Order: sequence, then structure tokens, then C-alpha cells
Amino acid sequence: MHGRPRKPLKEEDESVLSAKAEKLRLLQSQFLANHQNRIYSKEALDLSAKLLENNPECYTAWNYRKLAVQHNLSQSDSDSVASLFDQELKLVENALRKNFKSYGAWHHRKWVLSKGHSSIDHEMRLLNGFQKADPRNFHAWNYRRFVTDLMKRSDEDELKYTEEVIGENFSNYSAWHNRSAILSNLLKRKAEGFSHKEKVLQEEYEHVRNAIFTDPDDQSGWFYHLWLIDQTVKNDAPLLVSSWPSRGSTITLNGHGNNRLHGLSLLNSTLSGTTTLPIILYFNQAVEGINSSTVAVKSEILKEDLVWKPLSVNNSSTAQVWVVYLKLGNMELQLSKTYSIEITIGYSAGIVSSNGYHYGYPSQIAFELCVQTAHTEPVEGQYPKLTSWKDSDFQKVDHFEESNFVASTDHHIPTTSNWCREAIDEEITNYQDLLSDCKIGKLTLARLLTALDLLSPEHDKRKKHTEEILKLYTELMKLDPTHSLYYKDEHSLVLLQQITSSEESLLPHCHYYKDATETNTSYVCLRLQNLLLSRMGSIKNLLWVQMLDLSHNELRSIEGLEAMQLLSCLNLSHNKLGSFTALGPLRSLKSLKVLNISHNELGSHSIDTRRYLCSSPLAHTEVFAWDRFEILCGSYSATKFWEAFLIFESLNLTDLNITGNAVADENFTSFIVKVLPTLKYLNDEEL
Amino acid sequence: MGELVADKHVRYILSVEKKKDSFESVVMEHLRMNGAYWGLTALDIMGKLDTVDTNEVVSWIMSCQHESGGFGGNVGHDPHILYTLSAVQVLALFNKLDVVDVDKVTNYIVSLQNEDGSFSGDIWGEVDTRFSYIAICCVSILHRLDRINVEKAVKYIISCKNMDGGFGCTPGGESHAGQIFCCVGALAITGSLDLIDKDLLGWWLCERQVKSGGLNGRPEKLPDVCYSWWVLSSLIMIDRVHWISKEKLIKFILDCQDTEKGGISDRPDDAVDVFHTYFGVAGLSLLEYPGLKPIDPAYALPVDVVDQIFFSK
Repeated sequence: MHGRPRKPLKEEDESVLSAKAEKLRLLQSQFLANHQNRIYSKEALDLSAKLLENNPECYTAWNYRKLAVQHNLSQSDSDSVASLFDQELKLVENALRKNFKSYGAWHHRKWVLSKGHSSIDHEMRLLNGFQKADPRNFHAWNYRRFVTDLMKRSDEDELKYTEEVIGENFSNYSAWHNRSAILSNLLKRKAEGFSHKEKVLQEEYEHVRNAIFTDPDDQSGWFYHLWLIDQTVKNDAPLLVSSWPSRGSTITLNGHGNNRLHGLSLLNSTLSGTTTLPIILYFNQAVEGINSSTVAVKSEILKEDLVWKPLSVNNSSTAQVWVVYLKLGNMELQLSKTYSIEITIGYSAGIVSSNGYHYGYPSQIAFELCVQTAHTEPVEGQYPKLTSWKDSDFQKVDHFEESNFVASTDHHIPTTSNWCREAIDEEITNYQDLLSDCKIGKLTLARLLTALDLLSPEHDKRKKHTEEILKLYTELMKLDPTHSLYYKDEHSLVLLQQITSSEESLLPHCHYYKDATETNTSYVCLRLQNLLLSRMGSIKNLLWVQMLDLSHNELRSIEGLEAMQLLSCLNLSHNKLGSFTALGPLRSLKSLKVLNISHNELGSHSIDTRRYLCSSPLAHTEVFAWDRFEILCGSYSATKFWEAFLIFESLNLTDLNITGNAVADENFTSFIVKVLPTLKYLNDEEL
Repeated sequence: MGELVADKHVRYILSVEKKKDSFESVVMEHLRMNGAYWGLTALDIMGKLDTVDTNEVVSWIMSCQHESGGFGGNVGHDPHILYTLSAVQVLALFNKLDVVDVDKVTNYIVSLQNEDGSFSGDIWGEVDTRFSYIAICCVSILHRLDRINVEKAVKYIISCKNMDGGFGCTPGGESHAGQIFCCVGALAITGSLDLIDKDLLGWWLCERQVKSGGLNGRPEKLPDVCYSWWVLSSLIMIDRVHWISKEKLIKFILDCQDTEKGGISDRPDDAVDVFHTYFGVAGLSLLEYPGLKPIDPAYALPVDVVDQIFFSK
């Protein structure tokens, strides 16, 4: 029941209603009897028509009408065929007048028309009537698309129709929606008059601006405008935006327990005690087709074919980030020798985006690999020390070895044409002048400024408006508290972009980690703690990080972290992670050893918002290892611990801190110790 | 703000079942199977499924099954995918899936998949992404997802994606929160949520919350308690539910209760029905309202029922 007031019925109404109910019940039971006995006489048909005019939702009666048509068709001469179908069209019309949201009625009409015996001339007139009465009825709009298709009415004519409807009343989201669909189509096939995207988009900006400026609180034009921005700035073709190792870098390999670093370099990395070397390719969008024929890796040390893996939490064959692992153990590497490795991407076709666009800008990455000390297996009984995250264990880095690392490794943006920047610029002026004091004005301005910075051809100008954008999001949090966490998430993304986009801004967050014994290699730790971050971003700038401190933020998820393949120590303590499934990205981090997830909200929530974003049997992306689970789980029920099992089973942690979470009771800790046989420290205590 | 009058809602749901002769019951007679799903799931969420006679329900459900394997909305009504899912869901609630011939039901669903990956609702060929969700959800519960062409099914759903990140009934159809739930749910169950632009869709969905705290189903429409399910479950599946105010929504749902006679309506002071009572209670469960069993956002069944299906050997 929609929109019927809650009030007790008067006695006389009640008796009227009860009589109506009795009549309808009789009608329905007579109809069902006819249906069951396949009676298609005139009386029976009249009865079903009466039923449908009273209750158009009775789907079985529509089915019966179709059976009746089929039955009577076989007994009709060609003259009466048309009238047989016309009778159905008439019935649908009557039923729709009773309830024009009836799925069954609309479908019956489509069924009749698709038989090809009826004229479609009447349909547009009928539709115009319905669409006038309710311009937002999506059944009517769907039917309109069906009819215009059947009539082969041109996209251009339908585009004009949306213009007319919007002209009558701009507050018609359905029309804006249809406009976007038709326009996409026209632009895609470069129809006459639509081959110059910039001209078309400029007109559309003006069009939707009128709607938004007329009533900024009306949402009808909001999403259309965002779509226009996207159409202006987005690169259809996939391209590489970042990689590890970077172009021109030197990767140094150390055995276990070896000397500390000298200077800090973001370009060059030193890896210790590793037997595999990941190569990470980061694209601007999800792509498929990364394999040894589209990406060639050339080096004297390579003996086997490389198998590229999509880094996706789902089991799809497309991903934004791809990785391959070089098995160092299989290579006969000599000490102090430097090997060069060259990767060429996209010289042969095959890398394709999900929209079907091909990789546009073939590129090359060359780096060097150098073995400083031999790889040795860790001595039995000699464990790494407990990792501490105390401030006193960190020492500031005062400078980097090289300058301009981020800019030099930037694979971004081939050439953006001027009109994009001009179009965005003009929009900014309009919004700044006229609409900077309301919610949608501020939000649009923040998005436009972000787009403008992104389009800048010079790397160092891409932060030009960051402060202004951050300010806008801060204002929005206050202005529109209902959606404050949306703005906060956006704020976090911009802040991370600001921090990670240059050496200068990264430097204050880079620290040496001072291992108490000084026997281990000292790590460089990126410390992004206490920044009020509610989500992660700019991961493409952080592929080099081996030790990361994200503690004391407001993170609910760590989406994207799966790309940080070098990560070995991670502090996520004092955040808002609400479930084990939120830790899903960690499952791809083969080198992760130390994990602090203390003081989060694990076990505090009955509803898990990451349940379907983590691969699991529920999403058919994971086969559950029942045998292993049962051995480990013993008497515990699977439904209680499966998430933790799923996450930790594939990790090789030596140090885990999970205190301060509702889930971490005695049963759980004894379970987790069994799942993680490599564990040496749990909750800061040696096992 | 009032509290959830769960006892009254339980009594209301049980009483509707007895008023078979009321006008509403007669008008909705053809979808009694959906009604059973709404009412019984709401009872289970409120911890009162044991007030119902399991055998009676199960034998009635089975009397709605046809030779094709599909279920009708009531005895004597034609089979349709809509009622087939409800039947399977209710049997799952009672842990009685063993009474159906799983392959027979699966064959019915499989027969409705079209060449382009879409699904028809029944033999008469109406195509809609609602039916894609239903088919996928149904065969997944029956552990037979491999019997349909998942790749094509997913591709068809993606072809219904719009500029706002949402989904329509068929390609080109306008985004609608109910439709979005179906498409997001189907993508969740098939492990394909990476094909969604979560930030774009999340913004559209969170903007469904209006001043009163309620959610509407499309821009510039009135709020309605049923969207507490469609919008909320979608936001949860893509992990963007923190973008709305949970407190305001809880208040809106509670304001739609008939605190005297039980039941929940679409908007405050409107007439109650089982449909909105279920969506109100399910919405509160998704909002972690105390005293309610958690419900799974994709399968639309209590979490313990879903876990029982997928995590018992």
C-alpha cells in the first residue's frame, strides 16, 4: 500500500470494501477455473478482462490472455487476426488507466506489438498521454524506448524530445537520464553533428547549468553535471600511471640480518631476505590481457615464462594493478654484479579496458638489479625482534638522495587538449561567481578544481588548488552533516594526494625505523598516523613502501593496499576497521610479516560492510579449505571464525597485535595461533 | 524517538495471515508467496519464526510448485521466477531445502536464461535485471551457480549501467534503487563488485536520504520505508553506508510504525502492510538496531541462515 492514510474505516466503507472483496474473489476463482480447464470462450475471455481491469497485477490472467490469443489465432481467418490483437491492446489500455505501474500490463502490450499484427502509430499518442500525466513513470519511459526502437525513430529526434520535456520542467531526472544515454550513443558513433565532442559538451554544460542555477537544491541536474565533467577529463584508453620498480631505478638485494641503509632514496630500493621480486604495473583503469605477449620482460637472468596476476580481490580477469613475481632462487645471481631488466608494455595489441578501449601509449621501463650480500636462510631459532611502533624508535629523514622522483616516474597524461581545461575553467568561474555558498555549488567547485589540477600538463602544478579543495570539503562537512562522512572520505583522498605527490611533501612523513638491536636492516617507515584519514588513496605513489604506519586514523577500509607488494610491516592500530573481511587486501601481500590491528572494531558489528568486497565462498570467489579449517577449528563453529581463517590462512605473519578488539577473546587467540604457525609474537608477547 | 514495538509487529504479521477475506488479501492473492517471504523473514529477524507451523508452510509452498520446477505465487497461479526465489528463500529460513528437487528447480531457472545473458521472468519472455538477481540468488542458494552462464549474466547486468553509476531494468532504463539492489546483489553473489564504480554509485545512493531521514528510490521522489532495504543494502554491499545518517533513518522507520496495532507503513501515518513491515524491520537490522538478528544484504536472508548454507559441509 503506498500513500494510503492510516485511519480506521467507517462502518459503511467497511461493508462496501467487503462486498468488493467478495466480488473480486469470485472473479478470481472463476478465472482460475477457466485457466485450469483451458476454456477460451467469449464469456471466459470477458471474465478475465473484467478481472484485469479490476486487478491489473494478476499476472496469471495476462498469461491466460496470451494463451487465449494463441488458441484463437489458430481458428481465425486473416481478417480477424488484427482485431484479435486490437482487443488485447484495448484491454491493456484500460488496465493501465487503473494502474499504470503494472509490469504485467506493459509487458502484455509489448508482447502484442512484437507479434507484428498491430499498428504502432497509436503508441506514441498513448505514451504522450501517460508521460504527461506522470513525466517520471519509468515503465512509460522503458516502453518509449521499446516503441521508438520498433519505429526506428532516430536518436536525434529522441534527444529533441528530452529537450522539450526538460524545457517544460527542468526537474525531470528521467529526461536527463535518457539524454545522457542517447548522447553517449551519438558521441560514440560520431553521428553527424556530434563528431566534435567539445562543442557538444559545451552546450550541455550550459544546458544543465540553467537547471542547477534555477534551483540548486533540485537534484535533477546534479548527476548529469558530474557525468559531463567525467566526459571532459577522462581518458578512454588505458595507460600506465605508475610502476615498481620505477624507470631507471636500482634495486639492491640483501641477505638476512644485514647492514643499514645509507641515504634514503625513493627511486632505489633495498630489499632484505627476500626470495621473490615483484614487478608491479599500475594502470589508470582496470585492464585485461596482461601476459607475456603484451608485456615483454627482457633480461639475461630470466629463464622461465612469467605469469602475470591481476591484483583484484574478486576473481575477475581485469584489474587496475598487475603483478609478476621473479623467483630469485631460480636465478644464478652473482654477488656485486648488476643485471639490467627491461619491460616493454603494449607494443602488441591485447591490453584492453572494460569498455573495450585499447592500450594507447606503449611504454618502456628499465631498471637494474644488484646483489649486495648473498641470500641466506634465517638461522633456526634466531627470530626478528618484536616490532615497536613507539615514536622513540623512529628518526626523521632529513633529505632524499635524488630530487624530483615522483615527477620523473610519472607516466601520466600524454596530451590533453586545451578545450578540456578551458571548459573546466569556464565552469569554475561560473560556479565561483554564482553558486559558491550552497552545498551543490561547493561540491561541484571542489570536483572541478580537482579535475583542473589533474589536467595540468606540468606535474608540480597538479597541487595548485589542493588547499582550496580541502577547505571546500571541510565546509561541506559542516553544511551537510547527514553526508559528512562522504565529504570526509573525499577530504582524505585529496590530503593523501597532496602528501604523496612530491618528495618535499613526503619527507616529513618518512622516518628511519631504529631496530633495537641494529642487526636488522633499518627500514624506512612512511608514517601517516594521526591525519584523520577515513580512507586510503594515492597508492600508486606508495608502491615503494616497506613499512607503513597508518595508526590513529579513522580508516574503515584499506581498499587498494593490495598493490603495495613490498609491504612487510603495517600498523593499522586505532582505526575503525569493523571486520576481518576489511583486511582482505592483505591477503595478496606475500611479504607481510608484522601486522598491528589493535584497537579497532573487529567483532563489534553485526553487519559486515566488507562481506562482499572480500573474496569468499559467499561470492563464489574462494573455495573454502574445509579440511584445514576443521583440523584447526576443532570444536569451534565455522560460522564464527571463517572470516579470520580466510584472511590469515594465506599470510606468513611473525608478529601480530590484535588487542583492543571485541573479537579477541581467549578462544579466538588460541585459534589464531593455530592458523598462523609462523607467528612468534602475539599481542606484544613472545609465544 | 520511539522504540521498535516488535511484539506488536509479530502479532500484526500473524493476524494478516488470518484475514484472507480482506480486500487487500484478495487483491494480493496472486503474490502470496512473496507475502510469505516478507512476513516470515520479518518474524525470523525478530526471533519469532517458531510461532509458525513449519509443516503447514512447507506443504503449502510445495503445492505451488509446477511440473516445470518453477513456483507460482499461490495455488493455481502460473510459475514465475519471482515466486520461485521466494519459495526457495522461505524453505531456507526453515532449513528445509531438502524437500525440493534441487535439479528440477535449477533446470527451471536455467531454462529462463537468454542468449544475451539476461533472464526472462517466465516463459512469456519479460526481461528485467530483477530476474537476473533472482536467478543468480536462487541457484546460488541451491549450490548450482555453475549451471547458468555467469559470465554472460554479469555482462548483461553491466550493459544496464548508467551515467550515475546505477542500473535500470534493461539497457537504457533509468536507475532505480530497487533495480540497483538487484544488480549490486547479483554482482556481489558472483564476486563481480569490482565492475561497479562504488564512489559514483555511493554518492547517488547516499543522496537518496531526504530531510526527514527517510530514503527515496530516485531523485526528487518521496521517501518510503521500502528503500530502507533497497538503498541501504546496496550501500552496505559497496561499503558506503557511512555516507548517510543512520540515526535519522532509524528515526524515520520508527516513525512509520503503527505503535497501537503493529505493522509499518511507507511513510508516517499511512496504512501499514506486510511488505513495508518487512522492509522496515530488515532496514533496522541492517542499521544494527538492538535485539534484531542481522540480515545478509545480498541474499536477503538472516546471516545465520546464509552462513548455514555456505559454511556447513
